[in-house]
Amino acid sequence: MSVLRRITRSTVAALAVPAVLLALWWVLTADSESYYLPPLSQILSTFDDVWLSDRLAADVLPSLLRLLGGFLVAVLLGVGLGVLIGSLRRLRAFCEPVLEFLRAIPPPVLVPVLMLFAGIGDTMKVLVIVSGCLWPILLNTVEGVRAVDEVLVETCRCYGVRGRARLWHLVIRSASPQIVTGMRQGLSVGIILMVISEMFAASNGLGFTIIQFQRTFAVTEMWTGILLLGVLGFLLALLMRLFERRVLNWYFGLRQAQRGGSR
Amino acid sequence: MTSTTTLAAPARKSRAGAAGRLRGGNALLGVAGFATFLALLELVPRVGLVSPEYLPPVSRIGVALADLAGDPAFWTALGDTVRGWALGLAIAVALGVVVGFVIGTVPVLREFSASTIEFLRPIPSVALIPLAVLVFGTDLRSVLLLVVYAAFWQVLVQVLYGVQDVDPVAQDTARTFGLNRWGRMRYVTWPTALPYVLTGVRLAAAVALILAVTAELVIGAPGLGNEIGTAQSGGAVARMYALVIVTGLLGVAVNVLARRLERWLLSWHPSLRREVAA
Amino acid sequence: MTVMTQTQTQSRTGTEVLLDVRGVRKVYEGHGRSVEAVRDLTFAVGKGELVCVVGPSGAGKTTLLKCIAGLLAPTSGEVVLEGAAVHGPPPGMAVVFQEYGRSLFPWMTVRRNVELPLKEKKLPKARREELIHRALDAVGLADVQSAYPWQLSGGMQQRVAIARAIAYEPHILLMDEPFAAVDAQTRADLEDLVRSLWHRLGVTTLFVTHDIDEAVYLGQRVLVLSSSPTVVLDDVTIDLPDERDQLTTRSSSRFAELRGHVFEQVQRAKKQSAPVATA
Repeated sequence: MSVLRRITRSTVAALAVPAVLLALWWVLTADSESYYLPPLSQILSTFDDVWLSDRLAADVLPSLLRLLGGFLVAVLLGVGLGVLIGSLRRLRAFCEPVLEFLRAIPPPVLVPVLMLFAGIGDTMKVLVIVSGCLWPILLNTVEGVRAVDEVLVETCRCYGVRGRARLWHLVIRSASPQIVTGMRQGLSVGIILMVISEMFAASNGLGFTIIQFQRTFAVTEMWTGILLLGVLGFLLALLMRLFERRVLNWYFGLRQAQRGGSR
Repeated sequence: MTSTTTLAAPARKSRAGAAGRLRGGNALLGVAGFATFLALLELVPRVGLVSPEYLPPVSRIGVALADLAGDPAFWTALGDTVRGWALGLAIAVALGVVVGFVIGTVPVLREFSASTIEFLRPIPSVALIPLAVLVFGTDLRSVLLLVVYAAFWQVLVQVLYGVQDVDPVAQDTARTFGLNRWGRMRYVTWPTALPYVLTGVRLAAAVALILAVTAELVIGAPGLGNEIGTAQSGGAVARMYALVIVTGLLGVAVNVLARRLERWLLSWHPSLRREVAA
Repeated sequence: MTVMTQTQTQSRTGTEVLLDVRGVRKVYEGHGRSVEAVRDLTFAVGKGELVCVVGPSGAGKTTLLKCIAGLLAPTSGEVVLEGAAVHGPPPGMAVVFQEYGRSLFPWMTVRRNVELPLKEKKLPKARREELIHRALDAVGLADVQSAYPWQLSGGMQQRVAIARAIAYEPHILLMDEPFAAVDAQTRADLEDLVRSLWHRLGVTTLFVTHDIDEAVYLGQRVLVLSSSPTVVLDDVTIDLPDERDQLTTRSSSRFAELRGHVFEQVQRAKKQSAPVATA
């Protein structure tokens, strides 16, 4: 009985505020004559027409594929280089200042730079996404690899765990909390870059379409685009969280156990 | 809400001492690394691996940097960028701290706002670009809208962790000594949350710079981002690279300042003392 | 029964040498000054023996163990295991570390923790299954195979580490203050576990501890180390009956005598160590 009540309570808690906010938006804009703020009802009814027809395949999908491609390349590169740099103390000292500098460059300024090399096609956009996602993943991986527990390192030596097994079971797994943190930071930078590389120079994609709507003063359509971007951002973050729960299940358990012990 | 934003922190602490001991030799290697990086940037276009039209030798970029220093338009642009960044960051931090403390210390608010925060936080602030252009044009307010939206969540989330981290024993102790709600906030909650607030400020500072430059680049608000766009479309490639380097230096400065601030304000705090002693 | 075990002990102490530590010295260099942690250690462990090493805290016990395990290279002298000099961790050796919480992989279940070294040994699946099953059974953890280490108590985690060590089928088992971080009751249970495993498997065991009672209770011999820079002060044969019991053994007069003797040596070691700093 009390379990049921608790579930009901948490559902209400989760839905109450969003419901109220949406209702407010709906009611307050219902008779809106404002040019910038069309009624929510109108935005929602336009939504299907705008996005659920050709644009899904023509604009949304290419954007997402570029994001996915760039993100995956950045993960491979970032983890690979991160493990290498994190394991070799001298190499790390050699690279650190350069990496600190490269990381500090706001990634969007690479859009015009990479346009020089790769034009305005898919290559440029994927490269922009890679070059933005890479740094958080790379630097977090380096930190994670550095922090591998010495006792575990010695355990591996004693029990003859070397080579690929060591790399996977010791180095990457123990750096995985930091790697995932880097991936999450990288993903949110990646979404930004996906959108602005398309806003800056493109002939298709989500960012391109939204900025087109704005330029042609199709305000209701523009709002549907903003909503869609918001929902996409939320869904991608959700996916990332599911991935994290799966990969780092042990880590959350371990931390909880440690915290329980220390208090 | 998971506590993963601060994941890396505990593991890092134990190594701080070892890193300090090695610093001397490492500094030399770092200088060598940077020199190699510059030499590569000079050689690659000179040898013809990359066309110098796309990547001028670093010496020419250096000359362009020197030219920038004598160009008043550059200094104005730099000032615009810094102003947008600083104002936006200040607003986001103030909002984040106040909202975070109110929500964090009132359990009902916390419970009812969690889902909304989780939904709003991952919305990329660049989604607001068209709206900003439409409503504010290329005004500073456009920049501020993007910067504040992006930086606010960083601060808010950290403040919420911080308030949650308050030791219940300390709360009870304070209560038995007769501290009222305000006193407990001042002497128990705030000191506990301060390291988290500062982590939030550090993360927000970096994000704010990214968004400030983005707004200038995409919307065309005055500032370094806008200058980079202009240089690129005008074919002033060396100048463009020089400006990119300036944004990088700005980024480094922001990171260093944020870390200094953290260190300075937390010199009394046990979490930092432990780090030094290790 | 008693007669049987006694003859066994004698044959054990009399058998061939398995581990030979010859003049090991270890000096840590750094910061322009060097610290001599271990000065001169020479001793031998026979095949099948259970030898305890005891010394005051800071006596370079861990340094010694790491030199034997091949994790540290001695500055001079050598460690010979089964006739071959040790350079790097030898294959026939298993180590149980003091920090059980840090030597088990927190991202692996108990079973996978035990299995990993066996996989690296390229043992076939069926053989691995058998070894895992037997090892976990022997330490009384057969029913928590799929738990993660952090879900277990400290004592149970150390049992997992012991299971991993014995499943590896080592010729020699090194234990570095394995029970220093568990509570007294658990500790007594684990001590008896070590005795019974040693009896059953006959594996040569070198057990390092700072606890004199523990050393006397467990060992056939106790090596007493001085403070750093370390030398062997004494090599005490523990002539207690082979069948040991927490209650009767610890309350016997012979136990008290031996304990007193070792205690004296350790106290003396502490006093001598007043001027430790070396240039």
